[in-house]
Amino acid sequence: MSTNTSMQRNATGRSNPTLPLSVYDLTVAYYRKPVVWDVTFDVPAGKLVGIVGPNGAGKSTLLKAIMDLIPRTSGRVLVFGDEYRNARHRVGYVPQRESVDWDFPVSALDVVTMGLYRQIGWLRPVTRRHRERAMWALERVGISELAHRQISQLSGGQQQRTFLARALVQDADLYLMDEPFAAVDAATELAIVEVLRELQSQGKTVLIIHHDLQSVPEYFDYCMLLNMRVVAFGPTEEVFTQANLQKTYGGRLTLLEEATEAMRQRGKTL
Amino acid sequence: MTLTVSRLKHMSCLLLAVALLCICKPTFAENDESTLSTEDVLRVVLLRDYNTRVVIAGTGLLGLSAGLIGSFALLRRRALLGDALSHATLPGIGIAFLIQALAGGDGKWMPGLLLGGVISGGIGTLSILGIGRLRRMKEDAALGIVLSVFFGAGIAILVLIQQMEAGHAAGLESFIYGKTASMLGRDAWLIGLAGFIASLIAVVLFKELRLLCFDAVYARSQGFPQAFLDLVLMALIMIVTIVGLQAVGLILIIALLVIPPAAARFWTNRMGLMTLSAAIIGMFSAAIGSAVSALFPRLPSGATIVLTCSLIFLVSMLFGFTNGRVLHWLRRIRLHRTVGGQHLLRAVYEQIELAQETNPELKPETSVVPVAAVLAMRSWSAWELKSIIRRAEGEGWVVWLPNQTLRLTAEGLTRAKRLAHEHRLWELYLITHADIAPSKVDRDADMIEHILQPSMIAELERLLEAETPLGQVPPSPHPLSAELIDSNANQSTRRKEGRS
Repeated sequence: MSTNTSMQRNATGRSNPTLPLSVYDLTVAYYRKPVVWDVTFDVPAGKLVGIVGPNGAGKSTLLKAIMDLIPRTSGRVLVFGDEYRNARHRVGYVPQRESVDWDFPVSALDVVTMGLYRQIGWLRPVTRRHRERAMWALERVGISELAHRQISQLSGGQQQRTFLARALVQDADLYLMDEPFAAVDAATELAIVEVLRELQSQGKTVLIIHHDLQSVPEYFDYCMLLNMRVVAFGPTEEVFTQANLQKTYGGRLTLLEEATEAMRQRGKTL
Repeated sequence: MTLTVSRLKHMSCLLLAVALLCICKPTFAENDESTLSTEDVLRVVLLRDYNTRVVIAGTGLLGLSAGLIGSFALLRRRALLGDALSHATLPGIGIAFLIQALAGGDGKWMPGLLLGGVISGGIGTLSILGIGRLRRMKEDAALGIVLSVFFGAGIAILVLIQQMEAGHAAGLESFIYGKTASMLGRDAWLIGLAGFIASLIAVVLFKELRLLCFDAVYARSQGFPQAFLDLVLMALIMIVTIVGLQAVGLILIIALLVIPPAAARFWTNRMGLMTLSAAIIGMFSAAIGSAVSALFPRLPSGATIVLTCSLIFLVSMLFGFTNGRVLHWLRRIRLHRTVGGQHLLRAVYEQIELAQETNPELKPETSVVPVAAVLAMRSWSAWELKSIIRRAEGEGWVVWLPNQTLRLTAEGLTRAKRLAHEHRLWELYLITHADIAPSKVDRDADMIEHILQPSMIAELERLLEAETPLGQVPPSPHPLSAELIDSNANQSTRRKEGRS
């Protein structure tokens, strides 16, 4: 479906329960300074969507606004045709790794179990069944043998995988990930990509904030170029173009472009 | 292993408390002539007196709940808010006293005073949160402003009360420094009950509070009401602070919230165990502290409780099983010694190899190596080498002959062969698989080889099968004497790596 028709459908206000995420006219402002402007897009089911854009383009803000973590100035967000608070159980969130204190006295398994707290409910204890589920999630990201390590004794990549496992354990249908590939080792990157492909094959939808432009065409079938406004959104091969990138990154791209080109050249000669 | 460690952790807390009691006892005895009679000491230590018993039990429960709730406060980084809150209670207490005295009653009716404290403490906390929301105001500035303004106002009101001589104002200062001596049985009951209820709430909400402390934003994305949970935590801190005022005093109550969990962190990496240990540490510090204060009527219990607390903190910081400094030092010393011993054996072995080059008939079992030659191999000082040799001798690896030469024992030779074997495998690996020049490789191999696992050695052997015949020590990929030249050039770096 094209961006145009989805906008029209949104404008009529009809909700579509099969649509994992529908954002209409979303604007977010900090101290009256807009960070995300008039963002409208629909994410079809079963897509891996990469969100790219320069620093300060509002990528994290967009994810947080979708989950009602920060107040919206205007606009509407529908998750599976419903308000986020009613569809919460179908959404898994992977925050940025730097957002927590990794010296905290908990083990990797404890962190993953936190993904089940909502299901477990208030005042009820964590049982063996929950811990087994958490172990299964750790297994999926390939670090089950580190389950009982205190989280400060994990490498950056392992910490990132722990966060991913915490989202996986929820068995959600829509995943929102804030830079899961930031500063991870090659093995972790591979493990995460494998998990993403698996999720996609199960018909789940994933939105991922991403920094490495080079791997965008390889990893994502859908792509959003964001710089406060949506520059382009759609199938990667259609929208991930030099012209759109230029519009998104402005003058800053030239350097990046050169670097990417240099990398490509080196890749050929090697 | 883990079982014994965790059991030890619990036992150690108990032992510490007993030890502290033992330390305290002789101090009483010394003061016998001046202020204390043996009778007094026995009365307190044996808890003979009903009032003492209740006061110690009450403050013990207070310490327990403070340690428990302090763990959450510390992990949520709200500890200083507790400090500001306790300071902000003073004007409320003063005003409550005034109202009660003017109403004709005894101004010091405890529930009324505490209610006054709750109200002004609450206003203080709300002001901090309000000021913190303003633009260009950081939370620490808000804390500083509210803390000092409220405390200043409180002091002014207390002075006013004393000048008015409305009611019997003496004893109000016990809220500032804490005084268990002036505590009545029913006050202790109130403290104990409030502490118990606060602890119960914290335990029941453990899961939710843990999530809040670790990752509040994620908690919110999961639908947990962050503001409500923070409010609950603040309320718990408030309860502990308010009921603790009389025993510990508003200046020092923060210590009972912060020090026990900080001490507990040295003993464990698990939050459940940390809160439990903090509760136990808090309980013993408060109980012992208030007992000591009961013996010396002029000594504020706030001070004695905090001093007991910090003593436990000091012991924990040094001897904590998971993060204690002594453990850390011991590990470093052990690694340092292992590395030193391994360097010695390899140096001696390489000296033998050098000698064999000129004299192929030489048998490694019988050949001797001058200490001076070994000293030149690495950048160790003569003193350092001497202590390394002494230790190796103790292990039965080398014999230090009277003519300043070394001979390897049978066991030492086996060990030295294995070490040289591993060292060179690693060197070869670095050269063939990691693109490192042979002249640089010795130092890189040096750093890693001490932590090579048997499985890694096997992997290396498999990888380098072609280059090295199995079971033999491969020849060094670089001239052995190069080390001699190298050692002078890189003296400082080598010194560092030997220690690391």
